[in-house]
Order: sequence, then C-alpha cells, then structure tokens
Amino acid sequence: MTALTDLTLAAAREGLAAKRFSARELAEAHLTAMERARALNAFITETPERALADAAASDARRSRGEAGPLDGIPIAVKDLFCTAGVATTAGSHILHGFRPTYESTVTAKLWQAGAVMLGKANLDEFAMGSSNETSHHGPVVSPWRRRGDNRPLVPGGSSGGSAAAVAARIAMGATGTDTGGSIRQPAAFSGIVGLKPTYGRCSRWGIVAFASSLDQAGPLARSVRDAAILLGAMAGHDPKDSTSVATPVPDYEQTLQAGVKGLRVGIPREYRVDGMPVEVEALWQRGIEWLRAGGAAIEEISLPHTRYALPTYYIVAPAEASSNLARYDGVRYGLRVPGGSVDAMYANTRGAGFGREVRRRILIGTYVLSAGYYDAYYRKAQRVRALVRRDFDQAFARVDVVLTPTAPSAAFAIGEKSGDPIAMYLNDVFTVPASLAGLPGISVPAGLDAHGLPLGLQLIGRPFDEPTVLQAATALETAAGFTARPEV
Amino acid sequence: MAYVIEGATGTWELVIGLEVHAQVISKAKLFSGASTDFGATPNSQVSLVDAAMPGMLPVINGHCVEQAVKTGLGLAAEINRVSVFDRKNYFYPDLPAGYQISQYSQPIVGKGRIILDLPDGTREIGITRLHLEMDAGKSLHDQHPTASFIDLNRAGVALMEIVSEPDLRSPEEAGAYVRKLRSILRYVGTCDGNMEEGSLRVDANVSVRRAGAQYGTRCEIKNVNSVRFVMRAIEYEAKRQVAVLEAGGTVAQETRLYDANRGETRPMRAKEEAHDYRYFPDPDLLPLELDAAFIARVKATLPELPDAKKERFIRDFKLSPYDAGVLVAEQASADYFEAVARGRSGKAAANWVMGDLFGALNKAGRDIAETPVSATQLGGLIDLIEDGTISGRLAKEVFEAMFETGRDAAQIVAERGLQQVTDSGAIAAAIAAVIGANADKVAEYRGGKDKLFGFFVGQVMKATAGKANPKLVNDLLRKKLDG
Repeated sequence: MTALTDLTLAAAREGLAAKRFSARELAEAHLTAMERARALNAFITETPERALADAAASDARRSRGEAGPLDGIPIAVKDLFCTAGVATTAGSHILHGFRPTYESTVTAKLWQAGAVMLGKANLDEFAMGSSNETSHHGPVVSPWRRRGDNRPLVPGGSSGGSAAAVAARIAMGATGTDTGGSIRQPAAFSGIVGLKPTYGRCSRWGIVAFASSLDQAGPLARSVRDAAILLGAMAGHDPKDSTSVATPVPDYEQTLQAGVKGLRVGIPREYRVDGMPVEVEALWQRGIEWLRAGGAAIEEISLPHTRYALPTYYIVAPAEASSNLARYDGVRYGLRVPGGSVDAMYANTRGAGFGREVRRRILIGTYVLSAGYYDAYYRKAQRVRALVRRDFDQAFARVDVVLTPTAPSAAFAIGEKSGDPIAMYLNDVFTVPASLAGLPGISVPAGLDAHGLPLGLQLIGRPFDEPTVLQAATALETAAGFTARPEV
Repeated sequence: MAYVIEGATGTWELVIGLEVHAQVISKAKLFSGASTDFGATPNSQVSLVDAAMPGMLPVINGHCVEQAVKTGLGLAAEINRVSVFDRKNYFYPDLPAGYQISQYSQPIVGKGRIILDLPDGTREIGITRLHLEMDAGKSLHDQHPTASFIDLNRAGVALMEIVSEPDLRSPEEAGAYVRKLRSILRYVGTCDGNMEEGSLRVDANVSVRRAGAQYGTRCEIKNVNSVRFVMRAIEYEAKRQVAVLEAGGTVAQETRLYDANRGETRPMRAKEEAHDYRYFPDPDLLPLELDAAFIARVKATLPELPDAKKERFIRDFKLSPYDAGVLVAEQASADYFEAVARGRSGKAAANWVMGDLFGALNKAGRDIAETPVSATQLGGLIDLIEDGTISGRLAKEVFEAMFETGRDAAQIVAERGLQQVTDSGAIAAAIAAVIGANADKVAEYRGGKDKLFGFFVGQVMKATAGKANPKLVNDLLRKKLDG
C-alpha cells in the first residue's frame, strides 16, 4: 500500500469513505511528515493537537454518516488567513502575539467541509515576495534540489510554505493567496498545481490584506482534481466582502474529464519575452502540442499591453498596500515599540515590525499616491490596468483559454536574487496580467528543466470560467504525466 | 443693507463658505453593524471592522445611503447615480485603519440650494456637494498623566459632509444658514441637529475683500459647535483679517480653532494640518450605484419641507412671512400650530402659539414636544374666546392655569366661574351701582370730561370681577351716561 502521505486528496477521500483508514491515521501520518520535514521551515505555527482533535471529530462524524466533502483531509493554511484562537502572523514581526478572535470565511468553509488543520504555513511577509525569503520567520526551503547540487532552493512565493508542504507530502492541500502570482509561481517552482480563482470567487474576509483589488484566495494541491475539490469548498459569495460575487459555485469536479476537443486555446505572442530560457520555451511548445493532440484549436493571439503589466502591478499593489498596512500602528494589537510621542511610537513600531521588502513597498505606494505624483503613477496605472483587462476581453472573444508558461525560470537558490528587487519582481511577469484583469489562472506541473527542477504551464480563463480552466488543465496534466517528486 | 466691516482704509466685504458635518440618524455605523448610541461606555460599541482588525472589510449600510439621498432631495440637489468611496490616509491613534473612508471626487449628492429667511427677505445659498464619510474615534487626553486613551465608539459612525458655496456674506447669514440646514435635516429625519452632542459640527471658511474684488485668502475655522459661536468666530476672524491686511500684511491660508472662552480664533499647529491625504478609491468597496426607482422611492417618503410649508401657511392661514417662518422652523411647532389653526383664525392661532405658548415653554425651559397644553386644548381656549364665553383678558389667566395643570380651558373657566356675563340686566345693575357711587365723576363726565368713560368701564368690570362682556358694558354704559 502507498504511504498515506503519497495519496492524492481525491484518493484519500475515497480511502476514508471506504474506511480503509481513519482521519486520525491520516492526520498522524502527515504530522509525522511535518516533524521530519521541519528543516523546510514550511510552517510558522504547527497545530498538531488541533489536527488530532479535528481528525477525531471527523471520524466521529463519519461514523454517524455525517461526513462532509473534505472530511478528514489534512491541509495547511497560509498564515495570512486569520484563524480563531491560533496565532496569525502574516509572516511579519508586526503581528507579534496576535491571535484572532475570528475565523476567515475561506477557512471557516474548509472546516465546515470537514478539513483538518495541520498548521499555519510560512509565507513572504504580508505576501510580498516571490521566493518566501522575506518572512520574518525565515525562508522556506524547497524540497527540490538541482541535480547534483545540494544548495537550498526557494519554493517560490509568497505562498512558499503552502507549496513546500504540499510538494513535500506534509499536507494533502493548502490554502494560498495570489496577488500577482503568489499561488501559481510557487506551484510551478514546487511541481504542484496552484489555482488562482477569479477575483471575487472566494471571500477575502479574514485574510490579512496586501492589495485589496488583486488579492484572491485559492488552493495548492498535487493534482488538478484535488485543486478543484478544494476550490469547491473555498468558493462562494460572502456578504461580508463587498467584492465577492454572488455567482453560484459549480461542481468543478464534474467537468474535469470533458477534454479539450474543440476548445480554442490562445497563445499570446507577447509572452515570448527576451531572455526566456530555451527549456521554458520548449515546454510551452510541448504544451501547445499536447492540447492540439487532444483536439484543441490553437490560435496565436495578441495581448498588446502585456509589457506594461508588471510596472502597472508594481504601482497598484504597493499603493493599496501602503494604505492597507497603515493599521499596524502599535495602538491596538501586535507589536508596540514605545516612543516619546505618538509619532515616535509609530516610527519605532513600524520600523521594527516591518521587514525591508514591506518597507520598500510602503514607500513606493506612498510615493505613487502623493500629491503631484498621483496622476503620473497611480492614475496612469489604473488606465493601463483597464487596457490589460481589455486585451483579455478581446482575446476571449476568439479563444476559450490562454496558455502561457507560469514563470520565466525554474526555482533559484536561496539568496540568489534577494539582493535585486527587480530580478525578483520579474518572476511574476507571466502571472501578473491575469491578476490585473481579475481572471482565473492555474499552474500545472508540466516538465523538468535541465537541472531536474519542475516547470509549470499556466492556463488563464474567462471570469468565473474556472470549469473550462480546470478542464484544460486536466488535459495538460494527463498529457504531461508529471510524476517527478522532490527528494526531501 | 449689506454687511461690511468698516476698516481704517475703507469698507471690507465678507465671503463665507460653510462645511457642516452632520451625523446620520442610523442605528448602525456606516460600514459595520455596531451601534451608534450616544454616551455608551467607552469602546463598548466597536466591531472588528471599526477597530481595523486584520482582514476586516467594510460593507456599506444601505440605510445611511438612503439618508444621504433623502437629505440631498431636501436640499433640492442632484443625486449622483454613481458615487465612489475613497480612502483619506493619515495616521492618528483614533483612526484605527490609518485611513478614513470618505467620498472625494465623486460624492453621492451634487449641487443644491438652501433658501435663507432673513429679516429683509430671502436669499438663496448654493450647496456644492454632500458626501458620506465615517467619523473617527475620540482621543481622551485627560484620563491619565502620561498616556492618552482612545474611545472607538464613534469610529465609523456615518457623517454627511455638506459643503456650501462661498455665498454667505455676514455672520447673520451664516447663522441663518446653519439654522435652516438644521431645520431641513430634522424635517427629513436624517440628523438630529444636536450641536452640543456633536451631531452637527461646522467648519467655516472665511475671507475678506473689497466690495466686488477677487476672493481673498481664506482661513478655515474648524469644528465650531453652536450657531452663536459660528457667528462670533466668523466676526472675530473677519476683523482679524482686515486688521492684518490694513497693517500691510497678508492673510496666511491656514486652519484655525475657535476658542469660545476667549472669543478668538487661533492657528492650529502647522503639524496638525500638513497632510497629504493620498486619496484613492477604496478597493474594498464597489462604486455605489443608485437606480432611478430607488431615488423615486426615497423621494416619495419626503415630508413637506419648511419652504413649502411656509408658503402654505402664508396662503392658507394668512400669516405674515415672518410668523410663518418662525412657525415652520421646527416641524413639531409647525404641526402644533396647524392643529390649533385648522378651522380657526390663523392669526389668533399664531398669536397664541408664538406668544403665550412659546413664552411659557421658554420660561419653563421646555420643548414643544413637552408642552402641557395640547394643540386641541389651546384650540378649545381660542374657541371659548371666539364664542364669547370668556374675554380675551381672562383668557390669559385661563391659559396660565392650563399650562400649570394641563387641564382643559372649559373646565377651568367653569370651576373658576370665569364665563363672561352677557346678561344685560346684571350689567345694568352694576352700572347703576357704579353711577350711584360716583355722582361727582358722572357730573364731570357730563360736563365734557370724556376721558372719564374709561374710568366707568373699569369700575364696572371690577364690580363684575372682569367677567362682564366688554362690548355690552360699553354699549350700556354709554347709553346710561349719554342718554
């Protein structure tokens, strides 16, 4: 029998239903894995007691015949989701000692569905980063290594802990959040599936805000089906989030196997960026061939404003962040470093509480919103954002999904890019456009680079057309037959 | 006569614009479900949203939107079908999120107007805009020797900021504007207008200029909390600016505070006003879109407004514009008056309400809502005068008794035997007695001293304890003396 931790979520669901093993056994297996893999630093807070209690409750429900759709499934929660009674840090020192009295809508729905909480996964501070190196709680180490090279690699970010935990078989799935690629890029780096739903599909209530017009919760998992199952439990309208949408949640699993026959797949020519590694280019080409072989119609499309997406994102996101993070002032919760005056207390608290990257983005955001710069930066960025969205609208008049690489490279070593913010920001070049447009995007592991590191392909769909995205992703997944797994 | 300031170098004209913050009548706050009751224990009415806990999101309170629209309609203003909530960013301990949610470039209500009732007629003052925003909390600096305390009960309470055009030209007009605005707010039921509790706060923008010249540099006087202080602050500030200009100086554009104790304005510390608020649309809230049906529905709930009511009172009850203006200022007074006046003389009703009733209430320190004499009862008193049951003179006494006891006029009249004597036999007997007892005066009168007639009337009234019908007394007395 396969180790319990090697099962997909879907397989574990069947095993639990057939009573081949209990939720308790499943939880214990994952807690053991968590302990063994502690060196990855994938968790900020481990909650083994909670996991065992959740599992016991799940077994009890199942014996009463009341099991929910995720009953007994052990998952990791990105430490950006507020969890009642469990420390929530956002990867920052400034939330030192903060224990919410409330549960985020998305995690509440997961617990409602019967999921078991293993712990709070590490992340870039306030989800600002693409490598999980900006966490106050230290970097997450990817379970992957370059062939013949033992240097520790980044898992991607900002949902780095979630990605590493799922890739390393510590968790069957995890919640992430994606603002500019924070689910898709770490999924690609870690050889797993990561889905960013349409903006408004999942409630943002109870998720520590980074950039409100972009933030969206989504699942990381080891298969497209697992991602679909998790999304089904996470999604839904929430009156407490005015930007969540009242569109009904479809049964995402139902249409997974529908195939891509007749599906029109767009290939945006602007994504062929200079300096893209040959193997990324080659993998993209393979992806095109796989879908064509499955019966899809491939069409080259143009998304002309793509090159402006990244600079636009790095105006809009920091602008919103500079305002969203103003509440961390040492007055009501979290860290307080006293000072001789209120202003001194603010400066001391925020200076000590925020890391370099967060401070950089607060400064950028404050600058672009300032009198005299607002029109040149923030207002212009909003206009460009509208154009990026329009590019996609026009493309989706001709095609059903868009296929691109997820990231311009495979994972890099810890420390390799952390001194160069621009190089780091370029990681998001392929994921940011869909974020600006609010569209659903998924990363599917599709191959390995020359060093044996995973590479992902991204599919982008129409608003609320996650079913088509998942359907095409299943076809890619099947064709790619990605079976590689990390050594750790 | 235009209001001017006589300076040493000539006359100066005032230009005033007012920004009024009016607290919306609503059970819950603008973006959270927390209660808005005044005077509760500190920090007992604070939701997770109000305290800006991580991950909390604002949700617009539909009732507050309706209230803003209602107010806009009451100000004859354009209602904007699409408006946007913006964040106004600044750090202050009683502003938990580090930003106030307000409306900057696209407010919910656009241009409107207010008609002022002034001693020399009416004046129309333009309303620039009305927008919705949340209030901040309260910093308490007097609770601890070294620390400040924060009370977030008020944080998130809905305010309407109502901005006037710079159309006001005197402290009196500014006072009339605030009173009229308050009256409209109370009529439509969107703000209680209570300035002592801070439900209505006024910022005054004041500048001076030579008649007809360009606008001068203005100063903003913040947070004035009574009509009287608004007028005084403006007057002081205008004179200060004139003095500065006439001494060859320039007025610095700045924010000032009014010190009611010393009756002066003085600048806030530069630090308190040097803000770059970095307004941008709040990404947590969608643009607010109102459909025509919603606006029509709100419009249908509007009561008759003071201006329309005033016109109607003048027309239907033949009141003077001044009397009508006084009576409609408060809806309760207007309703009271109307109940008294219906089917009676409007003039008599107005005299009784504005004279005796308001006088007595004022003396007793009571509000019209607490009057011991109901409109029906006052109407009953007027009826007794009209039908000749009591004299106008005794009616005053009856009214006083009614005010004291809360009883009906008829009861008091009956108990005290105050009915007029209309029996000419009884009056004739009294006259005979008076004439008999004053033979000398009678002789003088008949000798041409006409003025003595009043003396005889007085004596007869005295003899009848004031109850004799004055007209009968006159007629009979004249017959007796002259005949």
